[in-house]
Amino acid sequence: MRVNFTVNGRRQEADDVWEGESLLYVLRERLGLPGSKNACEQGECGSCTVRLDGVPVCSCLVAAGQVEGREVVTVEGLADFAKQRAEHSGHGGACATGACGGTSLQDARSWTAKGTDSQTGEGTELSPIQQAFIDAGAVQCGFCTPGLLVAADELLEHNASPTDADIREALSGNLCRCTGYEKILDAVRLAAARQGEAV
Amino acid sequence: MDFLRPAGWEEALAAKAEHPTAVPIAGGTDIMVEINFDHRRPEYLLDLNRITELSEWEVGEESVRLGASVPYTRIMENLRTELPGLALASHTVASPQIRNRGGVGGNLGTASPAGDAHPALLAAGAEVEVESVRGTRLIPIDEFYTGVKRNALAPDELIRAVHIRKADGPQQYSKVGTRNAMVIAVCAFGIALHPETRTVRTGIGSAAPTPVRAEAAEEFLNAALAEGGFWDSGKIITPSIAKQFAELASGACNPIDDVRGTARYRRHAVGIMARRTLGWTWEQYRGSGRTLEGAA
Ligand SMILES: Cc1cc2nc3c(=O)[nH]c(=O)nc-3n(C[C@H](O)[C@H](O)[C@H](O)COP(=O)(O)OP(=O)(O)OC[C@H]3O[C@@H](n4cnc5c(N)ncnc54)[C@H](O)[C@@H]3O)c2cc1C
Ligand code: FES
Ligand code: FES
Repeated sequence: MRVNFTVNGRRQEADDVWEGESLLYVLRERLGLPGSKNACEQGECGSCTVRLDGVPVCSCLVAAGQVEGREVVTVEGLADFAKQRAEHSGHGGACATGACGGTSLQDARSWTAKGTDSQTGEGTELSPIQQAFIDAGAVQCGFCTPGLLVAADELLEHNASPTDADIREALSGNLCRCTGYEKILDAVRLAAARQGEAV
Repeated sequence: MDFLRPAGWEEALAAKAEHPTAVPIAGGTDIMVEINFDHRRPEYLLDLNRITELSEWEVGEESVRLGASVPYTRIMENLRTELPGLALASHTVASPQIRNRGGVGGNLGTASPAGDAHPALLAAGAEVEVESVRGTRLIPIDEFYTGVKRNALAPDELIRAVHIRKADGPQQYSKVGTRNAMVIAVCAFGIALHPETRTVRTGIGSAAPTPVRAEAAEEFLNAALAEGGFWDSGKIITPSIAKQFAELASGACNPIDDVRGTARYRRHAVGIMARRTLGWTWEQYRGSGRTLEGAA
């Protein structure tokens, strides 16, 4: 079957989709967006987290056919998404409709955090949460990072100064096997503090 | 496989009548796991996401009519006052991502003895509104669970909503698991005080082939509270009553040994949860002002 939906603000069309296929599979294998990770395919790890009509979900548990006509934001579009949200704050937040430009599939596919310096993120446009993950040293192997970024960004969108309990709760569906979570908590606190300063 | 995408409820009922083997998919948090792991290859998937009324609820005089697909997150955020037991139970389900998609309709569809909504529904008192092209019927929650992962739905029926009695007293939900998030219950216990009818109802999860009420424990407690004039006096429930209630709750279990826990442990833990949740709710009823938290 064919599925039409919006990914990172742009209309996309996926063809030859098998009816039992997940949104995660469509993103990775049909649209060439491997940012969302596939670790468990059973909702346990959160590494496949995307926004579906704004709501964080495990894309491995959404049937492809269920996203017809709906809006998805993946980690590849997160920097643009956060930028638009910042520009539009005060009147309705981020724009997922494409009217603000969004991220093209080409740009999304070639998205990298390398910039001029892969250690610091310098030279690349990163969302505040991405920059904070780098600055706080919250990335080790990086497999869990995309899902955590999407979940943490959504937390900071609706809760500008989360408590530690809020952060733990919001990230309780994302597993990390490397960091021990402390640096991840640091990163979210850092992003929240910077967000606070900016206002 | 065919993917059916009805735009409305009538269309969904017609599709289910035409293809009784079609598997409804709401949040997909149960069904997609089975498909991803090749445990299930349904001939038809029947997507319910476009049927907006399934994600809505109405608060009535006596009860809340909760649409089958209202996600747990919405229940936690919006129905704490009306459905405190279910809101607490919802909060223990999996993770935010899963709670944003999964709902009570899917929990009832799967009818796992470990489903967290069940003990809360049993304790509050509920009826499941199911519909087919043949008509609508209300199934009392006590009659809904018919076996391990089996329910009373006919092949052409869909769950439209659950009618849950609005709380008229304190409710609690307690769940045993190895951590706070992302945990399937080793066993669970729900309790609801109903001061208007001077009754206490319960629900036990993961400790029998189906979710069950601890009926003997309820009967004993209702009689003991009435006899001792506890509802009027609001005095502390004596330890011997609480102990007997816990033992009877334990006796209502018919658990198995599995990877999550032994039968013996489950019986024991259900007794402990019964005593504790009775204590918490009764304290709340007495209006001591102590803040109560659901605990795992
Ligand atoms: C990682 C993970 C952790 C989990 N943890 C928990 C937990 O802690 N506690 C818990 O209770 N559950 C848990 N679950 C299971 C699941 O999230 C719940 O059972 C949830 O309520 C299912 O809802 P859904 O809408 O996603 O169901 P779906 O997967 O869409 O459907 C489930 C079943 O119900 C049927 N169905 C759905 N809607 C209807 C309807 N309207 N009419 C008739 N049939 C219908 C479907 O055909 C299917 O058989 C977990 C799942 C995952 C993946
Ligand atoms: S891959 Fe989806 S939650 Fe693990
Ligand atoms: S950084 Fe390796 S899993 Fe989190």
